[in-house]
Amino acid sequence: MNRRKVFLASLLVFAVAGFAFAQKATIQYWTWRPEDVDKYNQLLSDFQKQNPDITVVQTAQKNTEYNTILSAALSGGSGPDVFQSRAYGGLETFAQSGYMEPLEQWVPELKGFASAPLRGATSIKDGKIYGVPFASQTLFVYYNKKMYAKLGLKPPATWAQFLANLDAMKKAGIQPLANGGKDGWTLEVMMGALCPNFYGANDYFNAVVKGQTNFQDARFVNAIGRLKDLIPYLPNLYMGVSYTDMQTAFINEQAGHFIGGSFEAGYFASQNPDLQFDVFPGPAAKAGDPQYVSTYADGNFSMNAASKNKAAAAKLLRWFASKATGDFFIKSLKQVSVVPGVDTSADPFITKVLSFQKYETPYVFLVGFRYQQPTGSTLAQAALQGMLAGTLSPADVAKQIQDGIATYYAPFKK
Amino acid sequence: MTRVDVRKGLWITLFVLPGLAVVGVFILLPLFVSLFNSLFNWQQLIRGGFVGLDNFRKILLADPYRTRFFNALGNNLKWFIVTMLVQNSIGLLFGYLLSRKVAAGGFYKRIFFIPVLFSIVAVGFLWGLYLKPNGLVNAFLKLVGLPGWTHAWLGEEKIATFSVIVVNIWRWVGFPSLVFLAAIDSLPGECFEAAYLDGAREWTTFWKIVIPLIVPAITVITVLTIIGSLNVFEQVYTMTGLDGPPNYSTDTIGTLFYRTAFGSVDSGNPQIGIGSAIGVVIYLLTFVASIGSIVATRSREVEL
Repeated sequence: MNRRKVFLASLLVFAVAGFAFAQKATIQYWTWRPEDVDKYNQLLSDFQKQNPDITVVQTAQKNTEYNTILSAALSGGSGPDVFQSRAYGGLETFAQSGYMEPLEQWVPELKGFASAPLRGATSIKDGKIYGVPFASQTLFVYYNKKMYAKLGLKPPATWAQFLANLDAMKKAGIQPLANGGKDGWTLEVMMGALCPNFYGANDYFNAVVKGQTNFQDARFVNAIGRLKDLIPYLPNLYMGVSYTDMQTAFINEQAGHFIGGSFEAGYFASQNPDLQFDVFPGPAAKAGDPQYVSTYADGNFSMNAASKNKAAAAKLLRWFASKATGDFFIKSLKQVSVVPGVDTSADPFITKVLSFQKYETPYVFLVGFRYQQPTGSTLAQAALQGMLAGTLSPADVAKQIQDGIATYYAPFKK
Repeated sequence: MTRVDVRKGLWITLFVLPGLAVVGVFILLPLFVSLFNSLFNWQQLIRGGFVGLDNFRKILLADPYRTRFFNALGNNLKWFIVTMLVQNSIGLLFGYLLSRKVAAGGFYKRIFFIPVLFSIVAVGFLWGLYLKPNGLVNAFLKLVGLPGWTHAWLGEEKIATFSVIVVNIWRWVGFPSLVFLAAIDSLPGECFEAAYLDGAREWTTFWKIVIPLIVPAITVITVLTIIGSLNVFEQVYTMTGLDGPPNYSTDTIGTLFYRTAFGSVDSGNPQIGIGSAIGVVIYLLTFVASIGSIVATRSREVEL
């Protein structure tokens, strides 16, 4: 070996070493959950153990300011490589501004995800997937197990049985429902939990999204009209009962039922450890029919389209799409992970929620009609307040929702 | 210009500058930025193309914006009318009675004024609790044997706005009382003496002497009431909510502006262009109404 060869060889060694050094990438990751930062650090350190060439730096922004800060950072070119993104209409803002990288090529695991959570990560404009979905929420009815045992009641399978249970509670001097009408969004939740079984769940949803029918369809009008059946069982002066009043009444065992979502369970359990509650899906219109629940995707993990470390960012996203992250969501965050094939047996509540999802239907206004103003949610929340207060009929509610959405929704303009 | 004049001018500039800077940065600049933003089409958080006055056209002429805007403006009108009739009349009455040296007047004067000093958010939050179905107000009505009068004060479309207005009157009535008291106290005693000697009764004195002479105070209170009624926001936000529930019955142009520009977390997406346009309209309305009322009341002023 002459000197020249030694020189060339050492140059090569340096070059390879230098290349390897350059491979050590730093990924900036943003979240809107400051309260979960420590838990996420655990998950991210597991990821870094398996990928020693990648360092992940987590930054949490305040929930209510997250969208503004993120959009400013992304448009200024200083955005994170990987970030939590909202689902549906919230995703569309960033995806259509060109700030998000389509992920089908980067994250092959997405193929295994169910279509419902993927919908929240898919742009309605180009049909591409811009996020790895992380959790789902499900709407149903909570009930107080002690009260049910005392009165000898069984979780109802049909609407008639549900009303009979409410009646039995009322006769026994127990407040049957905790729900009120002061906060409009709780009425939208009530609609999402109970109405799909009357409007024909997915058949109706798919038709209305395509514009084959509209919200003045008799099925929909009848479905929201059923909510009026509940008025006799709502608290005294229910139009003044707010969300926190509802929670307080159920937690303190002053009311037998709470129509709400899977996101409540953790709070209920932490506020009153003695509270024995369970859940049932919205009752069917007639015996033997499946009991549908409304579900929606909570959010996603997305990649910055302008990231300089896309390969490393993709590794992190694949980790977020893996069972390790799924387990983390269920065990550490007590959230219903949407990663396919995760073992939920350690948590009976989540197992039960997932069993309801056998018959799931999209939470109609959030999933289908949150992309432009006035959103379906805005319209429904106000109009349902009018209906429960007795100033609007179910047909009026349907007309207001239809007229509002028809101002921009192309399939309704045909 | 002499050197002294120049120096004086520089000193004045120096003292005016900080105030001018604050007004410029925090009042004039946002005003012009929102005017600028209102002329563009916004795709949520990203400014799109120039659309001229299209956002204003939407607010005033196109559904669903028009319905929401005029509904909200109607509620602002309710705020103005009720506040003028109830709050300012009570304020005038209190001010007059206090000026007549009623027993323990000093005590009442302080009691009336205390709520004015409270934080509006704290007042809204606490009265929100009192007005709940199981709150103090309904408990009191049941206690005094009027269970039929109990209501969901903040949850019924017909009364929710008035409940919020009454709470605001409770909070603010001390302010017009004090302004009217000061105005009446500053009137020369000879006027009252002369009226008394001429045999004028209390009622005549009040209408023929006090009212014409305190028109400047009435002007101030009227202008402040107009501005206050057009800028209602915190009271509704803390007591009923950003969406003006139930069913938009408590919506005002303030809450409409906020949730249009920034998006209601529970239900909608931000529309900065239209929100900015609403902001500009609020500014114009306040400006025009204030000038109008100053001009209208100035003609009634009586010089002593």
